[in-house]
Amino acid sequence: MMELVCPAGTPAALRAAVEAGAHSVYCGFADETNARNFPGLNFTPEDMAEAVAFAHARGAKVLVAINTFPRAGAQPLWHRALANAEQAGADAVILADIGLLAHAAEHHPNLRRHLSVQAAAANPDAINLYADAFDVRRVVLPRVLTVEEIAAINREIEVETEVFVFGGLCVMAEGRCSLSSYATGLSPNMNGVCSPANHVAYAEEGRDLVARLGGFAIHRTPKAAPAPYPTLCKGCFTSGAQTGHIFEDPVSLDATHLIPQLARAGVRALKIEGRQRSRAYVTQVVRAFRAAVEAEAAGRPLPASALSRLTEGQAATAGAYAKTWR
Amino acid sequence: MDLTVGPNAFFWSAEAVRAFYADVAIAPVARVVIGEWVCSKRLPFWQDEIPGAIEALLNAGKEVAVTSLALVTLKRERRLTADLARLGLPVEVNDLSALHSIPSGTPFWVGPMVNVYNEGTLNWLARRGATRICLPPELPLASVAALARAGAEAGVAIEVWGHGRAPLAISGRCYHARLHDRAKDSCQFVCENDPDGRDVETLDGQAFLAVNGVQTLSHSTVSMAHQFEGLREAGVAALRLSPQSQGFAAVCDGWAARLNSGLSAGDLEARLRPLVPGGRLSDGFVAGPVGASWSADAT
Repeated sequence: MMELVCPAGTPAALRAAVEAGAHSVYCGFADETNARNFPGLNFTPEDMAEAVAFAHARGAKVLVAINTFPRAGAQPLWHRALANAEQAGADAVILADIGLLAHAAEHHPNLRRHLSVQAAAANPDAINLYADAFDVRRVVLPRVLTVEEIAAINREIEVETEVFVFGGLCVMAEGRCSLSSYATGLSPNMNGVCSPANHVAYAEEGRDLVARLGGFAIHRTPKAAPAPYPTLCKGCFTSGAQTGHIFEDPVSLDATHLIPQLARAGVRALKIEGRQRSRAYVTQVVRAFRAAVEAEAAGRPLPASALSRLTEGQAATAGAYAKTWR
Repeated sequence: MDLTVGPNAFFWSAEAVRAFYADVAIAPVARVVIGEWVCSKRLPFWQDEIPGAIEALLNAGKEVAVTSLALVTLKRERRLTADLARLGLPVEVNDLSALHSIPSGTPFWVGPMVNVYNEGTLNWLARRGATRICLPPELPLASVAALARAGAEAGVAIEVWGHGRAPLAISGRCYHARLHDRAKDSCQFVCENDPDGRDVETLDGQAFLAVNGVQTLSHSTVSMAHQFEGLREAGVAALRLSPQSQGFAAVCDGWAARLNSGLSAGDLEARLRPLVPGGRLSDGFVAGPVGASWSADAT
């Protein structure tokens, strides 16, 4: 069966994910070492140890994301996160930075290493380099590849691959985007945040609600209409005579229907985005996807009914997995 | 401190490329990185210009390196990347996969699209053979200074993005094609209409970004005009000047005057402002508080 890798922003969400059928749960420490560094989220070292014990008692794994790029002069914070993950009994760490990978390989050789999507290793040469240099055992593929390209990559590498199937969608190659820091000073790579809420301002202007990020207008919607969160790359802009979602519509990723193709492409694990999501959401999504991977493993059709409800109210895309997206 | 001309980000005609490098050969810069780093589909239209340009630049006494693509996904792109190492010039690695074909110990340069944020990464690359690293544009001065110190110890020259629209993101999707309701595979090379990128404004009419095929750039031109002394003190070895379609020789001359003949920050700013596409400058990544800021506005 394909491994289902599920998000947990809090210990409660982790317990919910495990009880709903997650094979693995990924989470991070409550600081800038992880790429979901949001207020009120994430784990203390003590939380992490308890979470690992809870998961292991139920046959699930815990993967600790330490996937920002350490700040020059402040590497010990990231090195401590590695030590804390190992101490907590984590099954693997998810890393993006070359220096941190080198440190982990040298000082924590028995701590299994996964390559974060934030490293954006998009071809076999890059993946094999990380495997050879740092003994990386699994790579989370960037969301720039088609299913065919993923299959071709798997033919040329030894390590496992994991792909995102559901949730938020990066439009840009992950870990190689400074749009957020251009507008707000804070970025995924440096601070673990993208389009951060404390830089968002809403203003009622006439009949519209305008959402600005760092003073730059991202959306203008009629007051009565639902206003999407002003994530920079999903904003509405003008270029020449055209106004619209120049980079991407405010959609989320849903590659559920591609699970059989991804399995045939040799993908080992399916990842669900959403560490910032509620426990109830995690429970619902994890249950649905567990049913889907079980059906796939048994050669049964996917239980579409369970999944169609999840994206209700929000448009979905298969993203780069379909070549026409490009 | 000296000057490096970075690889051109845009899709220019072969004639424009030829004229550009003829100018660069006589410009007061120490080195030049040449090649396609944004979109491999453009390369057949101008690659025949590359050998002649390299020869002219070498004859003019410039150091020359060839860049890899910033995002390598196709088989053809992997072959292209592997071929770079056989040209006998340093490769500027802008996607880590380029290292695959560079034997360990062979000197190479690292471009701004590789995430060098800390000493650990710098030292690993130095051990692998890196001799020169152009840092990612989003780094603040404190990080630049720490990396310049680490670079000095490891024998790696540190470069900073000194002039040009900042490369903010790279994607699998082509935004130029999308703006024309096309997919990347049927783009019909519409990016050639925008030799400095296509401007993107907010709904308030505020200049914001520029799209360049699969790349997204800042609308403002990053300029270290007011940061030069701080960067020099920090031990930065070179400033990178990123090509623009008009007035680039004057940009090089202005910067050479700032480095070597005491041209003031304000005077350089006054020279640059009419030259840069869109007329806006920024230095906020280095000086704060946000990338789009211009430090001189705050004083």
